[in-house]
Amino acid sequence: MELLGVHGVTTRFPGVVANDNVSLTIHRGTVHCLLGENGAGKSTLAETMYGVHRPDEGYLTLNGERLDLRSPKDSIAKGIGMVHQHFELVKPLATVENVALGTTGPGRLDLGKVRARLEELCEAYRIDLDLDTPVGGLPVGLQQWVEILKTMYLGVDLLILDEPTAALTPVGVERLFESIRRMRDDGLAVILISHKMHEVTGISDRVTVLRKGKVIDTVQTDSVQAADLVRMMVGRSVELSKATNHPPAGETKLSVTDLVAGEPSERGSLCGVSFDVGAGEIYGIAGVSGNGQDALFDTIVGVREPDGGTITIDDTDTAGMDPRTVSKLGVGSVPADRINQALLMDFNIDENIGLGRHGDRPFSIRGVLQRMAFRRRAEQAIEDYEIACPSASHITRTLSGGNLQKIVMARELEGQPDLIIVHQPTRGLDISAAENVRQRLIAERDRGAAIVLMSEDLDEVLSLSTRVGVMFDGKIVGEMHHDELDLDRIGAYMAGVLDTTDTHEVVV
Amino acid sequence: MADEITAIFALSVLVGAVRIGVPLLLAAIGEMVVERSGILNLGIEGTLTFSAFGAFVAVEQTGSLVFGVVAGVLSGMLVSLVMAVLTVTFKVEQVVAGLALNLLGIGFAFYLLRAIFSESGTDVLSVETWDVVEIPLLSSIPWIGDIFFSQHWLAYVAFASLPLVWFGLNRTGFGLELRSVGDNPKAADLRGVSIAKVQYLALLFGGFMSGLAGSFLSIFSTGQFFPAIAGGRGWIALAIVIFGNWRPGRILIGSLFFGFLEAYQLTLQAQGSDLPLNLLLAMPYVLTIVALVVNRSRSNSPLHLGAPYLRGVR
Repeated sequence: MELLGVHGVTTRFPGVVANDNVSLTIHRGTVHCLLGENGAGKSTLAETMYGVHRPDEGYLTLNGERLDLRSPKDSIAKGIGMVHQHFELVKPLATVENVALGTTGPGRLDLGKVRARLEELCEAYRIDLDLDTPVGGLPVGLQQWVEILKTMYLGVDLLILDEPTAALTPVGVERLFESIRRMRDDGLAVILISHKMHEVTGISDRVTVLRKGKVIDTVQTDSVQAADLVRMMVGRSVELSKATNHPPAGETKLSVTDLVAGEPSERGSLCGVSFDVGAGEIYGIAGVSGNGQDALFDTIVGVREPDGGTITIDDTDTAGMDPRTVSKLGVGSVPADRINQALLMDFNIDENIGLGRHGDRPFSIRGVLQRMAFRRRAEQAIEDYEIACPSASHITRTLSGGNLQKIVMARELEGQPDLIIVHQPTRGLDISAAENVRQRLIAERDRGAAIVLMSEDLDEVLSLSTRVGVMFDGKIVGEMHHDELDLDRIGAYMAGVLDTTDTHEVVV
Repeated sequence: MADEITAIFALSVLVGAVRIGVPLLLAAIGEMVVERSGILNLGIEGTLTFSAFGAFVAVEQTGSLVFGVVAGVLSGMLVSLVMAVLTVTFKVEQVVAGLALNLLGIGFAFYLLRAIFSESGTDVLSVETWDVVEIPLLSSIPWIGDIFFSQHWLAYVAFASLPLVWFGLNRTGFGLELRSVGDNPKAADLRGVSIAKVQYLALLFGGFMSGLAGSFLSIFSTGQFFPAIAGGRGWIALAIVIFGNWRPGRILIGSLFFGFLEAYQLTLQAQGSDLPLNLLLAMPYVLTIVALVVNRSRSNSPLHLGAPYLRGVR
C-alpha cells in the first residue's frame, strides 16, 4: 500500500543539482533503502521528504494526496520522522528533555508524560538508557537511540534513518535492525539510507539506487545480486583492491616498545604497546574502537606525550617530540577525524595543502607567504589525486568526504615520507573514494614507505596488510603475518579472550 | 562609640550594595536569558543609556513616574528589537551589532537630549524620583529590614523575577525551547521550533529588563539624565552573567557582590581613605577573570552562543 510518493522532484543548490527528476514510491510495512555513493543525493532526497528542503520542481504525495511541506514542523504533523546522519541533540539536556523538545506547548513543562511513554518504548525495544543523564555524556551508540526515540515518540508512519549505523558496533547494528524489523511488522514504512551493501541486502525489502542525483532504478532486494547493486551505484564494476604481492620488509623504520599513555583503568589508554614496521611494509592494526588506537596515533605523531616506553623512528627516539619535529623526520600522518584534526575547513584548498610547510621555501620567502606557490602546488595535487573541486582557491568546507581525504593525503604524502601513519583512512568514504585511498597506500608501500594502517574496517586491514596486529585494552595482543591470517583467531584477539604476547597464563 | 560608627558604616555599605546591585541584577537577568537563546548582546550599555533617557524624558514631559517606567521599558525593547532585526533576521555578526548599538544608543540619546531641550542647561535639569517603599513590619527588622526591605519597588521586582525566570527557563516548554536554541539550534529547528521566534522573544525580554534597569538609573536613583549615566554598568552586567555561569542564583550573588564592592569603594571615598581606590574598583573584574578560570571546565555557557543560525549550512 502506497504511503509516500515522490514525483519528478528536482532540488538545486547553488552550483549543483542535488536531486534530478527523482520519482519513487514508499509502501507501508516495508523497509526501503536509498543506496548511493556520497554526494549521490540520498540525504537531500530524505530531507526533502522531511520538509527541510523544498523541491524546485516536482511534488510529494502522502496517501495519494498532494503534500506540501514548508518545514519539519509540517512533516512531523503528517507522521514523518527523521533521524539525521549527524546527531542533532542538545547535549546539555537529558534524554527526556531532548525528546520533549518541540512536542510541548510554551507553558508548564510536564516531563512525566514524556518519561512514561519513553519507558514504554525503551522496554518494547529493550533499550537500557538512563533518561536523566545529559545526552552529551552518553556513549555514541546510545545517542543514536535517543535520536530514534525522538522520532518514535512522535508516533510516526514513516521513519527515515540517514546512515544510522555509522556510529554503531556490529552488535548495536544487529539490535537496531531487529528494531527496524519490528517497526516494519507494526506497519511502519522505514527508509534507510546507506552505502554499505551488506546492510542493504540484510534488511531492506526494496532498494532505490541513486547516482549523481538521479534514480538509477528501484528494485525488490531479493531479486538482485549485491554485485548488480554496486554496479548501479558506482556506474562501473569495482573490485575491492587487495594487496596481491607482499614484498619482503626492508630495514626497520618505526619501532615502538612498551609504550604507555594514561592510566590503565582509563578507557583508550596504552598499557605497553610494542611493534615495529619495516620499509615497504604495511603494518595493519585491527581492533574494536576505544582500545587505545587514538592514543597510539597521537603518541607516535607527537600530539601526546607518552608516560613510558620508547618510539624510535629510524634511529631517533621521538617519544615526547612535538608533531612538527616528528613530521620533519619524514613522517606523514592522516588522522581519523579529518574534519577536526587534519583540515581547516574555512581555509582554501591550496592553503590546506601547503599547511605545515607554509614556513619553508617555496611557500614562504623571508616570512612572506607566496600565494602562487600554494596555488601551483595545489593545482598539481588536484591533478595527481583527481580532487573534484571548482578551483585550487575554493573553500575546503564544501567538498565531499572523499575529496577532503585526498587533500589530506596529498599534503601528507608530499615529499615521499619514509613512514606513513594512517588512522581510519576510509571511514565514511564511498566505495570508489575508499578504493582510491587504498590504491594510494599500496603505491606508497611499493615506493618503499613503511605504513601503519589503523582501521576498524577489518576487511581493509586484512586485504592490505603485510602483517596484522590486533589491539585490545591498550596492547597489541596478537600479531600475524599475511599468509597465516586466521579469522577465528583475530576475532578472539579482538574480543580479548586470547593474548599471545602476555607472559602470564591466559584464562579463557 | 567606635563600634557604633563601624556599625553605621557597615550598614550604609550594605544598603548601598543592594541599591547599586538592583540595576545590575535586572540587566544581567535579561542578558542571561538572551545568551541562553544563543545571542550575545553586547549592546546593554547603549540600551541602559537609551532607556534611562526615555524614562527621564517621559517624566520630564508628563510629570508621571508611571509613564516614565513605561517609556523606559519601551525604549529598552526598541533597542533590543533593532538588535533582533540585525542579528536574527539579517544574521549580522552579533559582536559588531552589539557594539554598534552601544554607540547608537548613547549617541542617539544625547542627540535627542539636545533636540528636545535647549542646548544650555540640560545638565542641571532634574525630575522627581520614585520614593523608597518600606515594607510594613519587615522593614523594621534590624539590619535585614534596612538592607532588603527599605528599597525601591523595582528592587522587589528584580528579586521576584529571579525565581520566575528560573521557573520559566527550567520548568516550561518555552524555556526548554530557549535553552535548546542556545545549545543546538539545528536540533530545535528540526523539531519544528522556530529559532527566530524564540530569539526575538528572548531579546525583547532582555530589552524589557534593561529598560527597567535604565529607568532605575534616571528616575529612581538620580532624577537626572546625562550621557554617561550607565557608567559601565552594561559591561558589568555582561561580566556578571559570565561570573554567574548563566545561572539565576549565582547571578544574584554576582550582582550583590559587584554592588557591594562599588558601595564599599564609594563609602571609603566619602570618608577619605588611604586604600588605593582604583584597585578596589578593579576588583570585580579581577574576580570575574578568576571565576572564569575556575569555571572553565564546567562552564554552563550556551554551546551555540554568538553564532548566527543559518539553515541548510553544514
